Amino acid sequence: MVRIQLLTIVVNILFLVYIFRLIIKGKLREEYAIVWLICTFFIMIFSFWRRGLDVIAHFLGVFEAPNLVFTGAIFAIFIYLLHLSVVASKLQNNIRKLSQEIAHLKLAIENKDKT
Amino acid sequence: MQEKVLLIIPCYNEEAALPALLSEVAKTAFPDLYKVDVIVVNDCSTDNTVAVAKQMNVLVLDLPMNLGIGGAVQSGIQYAFNNQYDYAIQLDGDGQHPPAEVVTLLNAQKKYNVDVVIGSRFVGNGDGFQSSFIRRLGIRYFHWLNRIFTGNQIFDSTSGFRLLNKNAIALASNNYPDEYPEPESLVLFAKAGLKVKEVSVQMRERQGGTSSIGKSASVYYSLKVSLGMFFTFIRH
Repeated sequence: MVRIQLLTIVVNILFLVYIFRLIIKGKLREEYAIVWLICTFFIMIFSFWRRGLDVIAHFLGVFEAPNLVFTGAIFAIFIYLLHLSVVASKLQNNIRKLSQEIAHLKLAIENKDKT
Repeated sequence: MQEKVLLIIPCYNEEAALPALLSEVAKTAFPDLYKVDVIVVNDCSTDNTVAVAKQMNVLVLDLPMNLGIGGAVQSGIQYAFNNQYDYAIQLDGDGQHPPAEVVTLLNAQKKYNVDVVIGSRFVGNGDGFQSSFIRRLGIRYFHWLNRIFTGNQIFDSTSGFRLLNKNAIALASNNYPDEYPEPESLVLFAKAGLKVKEVSVQMRERQGGTSSIGKSASVYYSLKVSLGMFFTFIRH
């Protein structure tokens, strides 16, 4: 096993442990962890199977294997960012509804106090 | 039977203009046909807007977070919906919309029997306050966009001075854009089959506070609103 392989595997395991800790502590919800777990899974595969990247790059017709990594990673990042924008929009919507509901309740309580 | 009218005054840091506006509303003589209530919606102001409003014997909706003008107005519309008001009229907290013109909107509703009445700066011989060149350009653009999306000839689609009847209240209490809602909601109303009528009113310069749209934000404003109108058009 080569040094770089060991290094990726160790970093990967540390990353995995960190994700697990975040989930256990309730700081990361499972649905957002999925994408990170999938990422670590793929990195893990390729850190054990060194030739794998070349095989897949060749199969897809990519001449330089690292280009496949960059393309794949950037694509994944874009998709994930879009997902986060969707989440932010949903949260904003929920916050609006909550604020309005609170305002209505405050007014209702005040009106009750007056009568 | 009196008809219930709710004047919705959305406010963000309007402590300077609000007392004058509210006392002006209180002095305005509305026709006996209408029972007029006033609700001030405080959009999480950082000044004393709430305290000022509470002294004035009006209803106050106090939002715990800043939602933007659309979210604030919608809260007022929801109050109108929950309490079975016949009409909801938006009146901006900065004093641009003279309370006396509320009667103009109410009369127009009776005359034309439409769902939404817009108080306009540009229809008829309105010789009140006219806004800056850039704003007029924007307003012309939205007139054009509105004609494409709704087929309606609305000249002042950015005017917030509006009357909604029960149909429009029911729709908007559920579905109303948060940010810069005026042009977008017109597409929404048109797609729902509501009738919109524009009437001429006099408007004034703001009496205090600052506009919700700064100069640098106007490009963002146009883009956001165009997108909003487009997607409202597609969605409904």
